[in-house]
Amino acid sequence: MRRNFLGLLGKAWLALILVFLYAPILVMAAMSFNASPFYQLPFEFSGAWYQDMMANEQIFTAAARSVLIAAATTVLATAFGTSASIALFRYDFRGKRILQVLLFPPIAIPWLITGTAMLIFFFTIGIGRGTPAVLIGHVALALPYVIVTVSARLSSFDITLEEAARSMGASSWTVLRRVTLPWIAPGIVAGGLFAFAVSFDQFVVSYFLSKPGDTTLPVLIYTSIRKGFTPEINAVSTIIIVLSMAVMFLAARYSRFGGER
Amino acid sequence: MAEALLPTERRRLVSLLSPAYLWLLVAVFLPLSAMLFFSFLTGLPQDDPDWGVTLANYGKFFQNPTYPALLWKSLKLGLWVTGFCILIGYPCALVLAKSIKGRAREALFLMVILPFWSNSLVRIFSWAIVLRGNGVLERTLNFLLPFDVRLNLMFTREAVVIGLVHSYLPYVILTSYLALQAIDDDLIDAARSMGASKLTILRRLLLPLSLPGLLAGAVLVFVPVVGSFMEPRILGGRLGTYYGTVIEDQFVAVYNWPLGAALSFILLAVVLLILALTSPVLKRART
Repeated sequence: MRRNFLGLLGKAWLALILVFLYAPILVMAAMSFNASPFYQLPFEFSGAWYQDMMANEQIFTAAARSVLIAAATTVLATAFGTSASIALFRYDFRGKRILQVLLFPPIAIPWLITGTAMLIFFFTIGIGRGTPAVLIGHVALALPYVIVTVSARLSSFDITLEEAARSMGASSWTVLRRVTLPWIAPGIVAGGLFAFAVSFDQFVVSYFLSKPGDTTLPVLIYTSIRKGFTPEINAVSTIIIVLSMAVMFLAARYSRFGGER
Repeated sequence: MAEALLPTERRRLVSLLSPAYLWLLVAVFLPLSAMLFFSFLTGLPQDDPDWGVTLANYGKFFQNPTYPALLWKSLKLGLWVTGFCILIGYPCALVLAKSIKGRAREALFLMVILPFWSNSLVRIFSWAIVLRGNGVLERTLNFLLPFDVRLNLMFTREAVVIGLVHSYLPYVILTSYLALQAIDDDLIDAARSMGASKLTILRRLLLPLSLPGLLAGAVLVFVPVVGSFMEPRILGGRLGTYYGTVIEDQFVAVYNWPLGAALSFILLAVVLLILALTSPVLKRART
């Protein structure tokens, strides 16, 4: 009886947390379909804000820029991160521990500090603010996530498979392409999705590195919120949150958190 | 340690590693060094031909009582948010790891950490809609409760804390869950068979063994919260001046980059101190 009561209490607690986590998002999504621009109730269905959003060119360019930067970040961070993971896994060399520890500052230092430091440095060396600066910053932030994810997958890889393939005459390129990469493919996909999410949702670093009027979607949302509430931003935000949750759902299914592997 | 690598292996190693690490060098480590250098300058070299080296930027932090007060305010905010995240998140991780089994556990775990990977700015914005006066929260409470409540949490410290707890709660749940899941159920059975109560099992067994995970989560919450500026700006309004917002101002409004760099490095020093203090316990977690 007592055991049952405690178990029930625990499940109720978990349910409450899920309500806390999802309620504001659901409210925002509902309000994006509400006719009143001041979130007045009773609720009256309207798709007007989505139409406004479609007509808003500023939102469109910012969204296109965000997707483009996120795609480029995904390609670069996944390629560089995977090759670094393979090197860290395959070879034993002096300074390996240091290289592994160096992955943590980009994750552990508050983005406010990393972002302002990038702004200072890029300005000094002449890159300045703008899309190239944002891309350089995003790839750096995404790299550690890719390396950690791919390395986690590699740790379950049997290195003798490579030796077996090589002993049967496969070149090292063939070994990589036909043995190693297929095995770590789920890790690479998960790492790539993480990279996409890190870039697409990144606000702080983009905020300091993008040019005013030439920004990514999160920065545009921030400046719009600070100027005053606009219901179109509600509509965009709803789309963004659905999109980024979908990407992360896929990443979780491919990484070890998905459970099956 | 490692045997010496053959020259061909060495070349391959360097070519595999250098793209990633050169990128990190240019985009993270050189910028941090440049910022350290800038924090000792009187002015920007590109604007001011008479720039020189000075300690005055750090001096300003100690002379003007506003800066230490704001840093303290941000540290307190970090403690509040971390405390709430632990109080709310640890029991949740406990339920997930030890009382729910199988596919339901995986699905619920995914549901808990999913919002964390979605856009944090948008999630903070969604709280602005919920918390504002005559907003959804006030109406729901009035609907549920027999008496009238006036509740406008928007632009208060409470709003900032709620928004930040919402943002960072999944961190604590994630790390605590991973630590708790690693504890062998046989240990718990053994303790129970020897007559330990539930409270004793929690206090003497589960809590000590999962402490590194819990602490890792706490650090992952505390550090970014101390440096937060977007959340206080959106949810705190005029009361939302924190250490992070002052640093932001130096870079986007006042354009005093050397002072901003010095303030950033003081924050970084505090962050590193916290990481150093907690690292003995965190290291125990890895082994």
